[in-house]
Amino acid sequence: MSPREVFALRDYLSPDLTGRTISDARHSVSLSGILQQTCLIDRWRELSGRSVLLSTSGQLLAALAMIELDGVARRLLLCPPDLKDDHIQTLINDADIDAIVTDQPLRWSNAGVYLIVGACLPERARAKPRTERATEWLMLTSGTSGAPKIVGHTLEGLTGAIGTDAPARGDGAVWATFYDIRRYGGLQIFLRAVIGGGSIVLSEPGEPLADHVARLSARGVTHISGTPSHWRKLLMSGAASSFSPRYVRLSGEIADQAVLDGLAQAFPNASIGHAYASTEAGVGFAVNDGRAGFPAGLIGQNRDGVEMKVVDGSLRIRSKRTAHAYIGANAAALTDADGFVDTGDMVELRDDRYYFVGRRGGIINIGGLKVHPEEIEAVINRHADVRMSRARSRKSPITGAIVVADVVLANGTDASRSEAIAREILSVCRAALPAHKVPATIRFVEQLDVTPAGKLARADA
Amino acid sequence: MSVRLKIFSAMQQIAEEQKVTLPQLQDDLSLHETGFDSLAFAILVARLEDELGVDPFTLAEDAAFPLTIGDFVRAYENVPA
Repeated sequence: MSPREVFALRDYLSPDLTGRTISDARHSVSLSGILQQTCLIDRWRELSGRSVLLSTSGQLLAALAMIELDGVARRLLLCPPDLKDDHIQTLINDADIDAIVTDQPLRWSNAGVYLIVGACLPERARAKPRTERATEWLMLTSGTSGAPKIVGHTLEGLTGAIGTDAPARGDGAVWATFYDIRRYGGLQIFLRAVIGGGSIVLSEPGEPLADHVARLSARGVTHISGTPSHWRKLLMSGAASSFSPRYVRLSGEIADQAVLDGLAQAFPNASIGHAYASTEAGVGFAVNDGRAGFPAGLIGQNRDGVEMKVVDGSLRIRSKRTAHAYIGANAAALTDADGFVDTGDMVELRDDRYYFVGRRGGIINIGGLKVHPEEIEAVINRHADVRMSRARSRKSPITGAIVVADVVLANGTDASRSEAIAREILSVCRAALPAHKVPATIRFVEQLDVTPAGKLARADA
Repeated sequence: MSVRLKIFSAMQQIAEEQKVTLPQLQDDLSLHETGFDSLAFAILVARLEDELGVDPFTLAEDAAFPLTIGDFVRAYENVPA
């Protein structure tokens, strides 16, 4: 009996599909000819069977190195750009790293890893790597506090949802994402481009949004994904009018009705879907009916082999797309005894539909009554003049905490209207929420910070 | 506007929002009789902090919470500038 055939990224890059590219703001590389090239100066041989930490200054080199090393390295640890130096030594120990691929060798010269291989733009390869094994893909969680956790995936698990919710291979899809592809949400898009036979346009840190959108249009992007925070920023910028993708995808945060409606209005010819995915739980499902939340029928066993249940209010997922473990000496268990990942995302059933209400860890306690900031934001965002909001806890000598809200208006702060808008927002909240969930104060701000992972920054959460 | 008037105006605003009918506000009215619950007072203290720049109940560790409207207003009036 022969062992099961192992597929690696290179197996999806045969030169029969021409015109495929991967690009950032500075370079465009042909994916059709990529198998004849190397971005590691032919040194992939030295990395065979190694645990490789991949740390590059930009996403393009990371993408090319992933293609070259998948099926060659034993492990591939993807470092996002905001990885803190303090965490490096722990990661190297926990992931058993014995080689580093980087275009910043000086940063890694004191890491205690002997083998450092430089990454550069591709040049003609002398010999092509072969798929020798199923590489273990290691990703870092994007939690805001403490050291990131290392999450172990296989390519098979990472690509398990592709095919069920992606266009057919060879339809010329040009993908883009506001995410960094070294995070789960962004990697999903990169993999869709590679496996689906398409192209991908990468984001560029610090690039003004209008320039980014102009680049997306110029490159003919058809499929694009980002967090609701990314999308709200795009809708606010006014840059959306020059851009007409066919497919718009949201993930990584709760997609409320306001952002779905805003996107439907801005992109009348696009299909708009929101996906539930996390680094640990993998892709759970995608919803394409234009409504917030998801049909209650998705709970249980669904056709894609994803099984979901709700226990103590939080969504639990078991599927072949979930990560298989946290990696490291003292790593916690990733699943419960039955193989379910507890996502920590709290849901509420209303009229045969589940709605996400917030993170279990983000609850604000108001004199013993609990509230998720996200459920307040979803109500505030319904106001036509609001583009983005953040509910947060504020200390109170009376109740311990109260909820207050920071609000970004769609058309900038207008002092003459702001008092009236604040009153309207409060009255919308009072109609929809119990008293303790109504913000005590509304503050108008010019902008709200978004983390490197594309999520609304919640400093106090 | 005096501190006292600012406090009364904020209370009237909250009463309207919370659908509470305030009795005539005077010094010897007990806070209990205002019909405000602890949430309403928490909102009041937060808004007054935004407006007056001070929260006398967090400031002083030993501050006893006032019993009457008069005590409440004095807590704000007596904060050193």
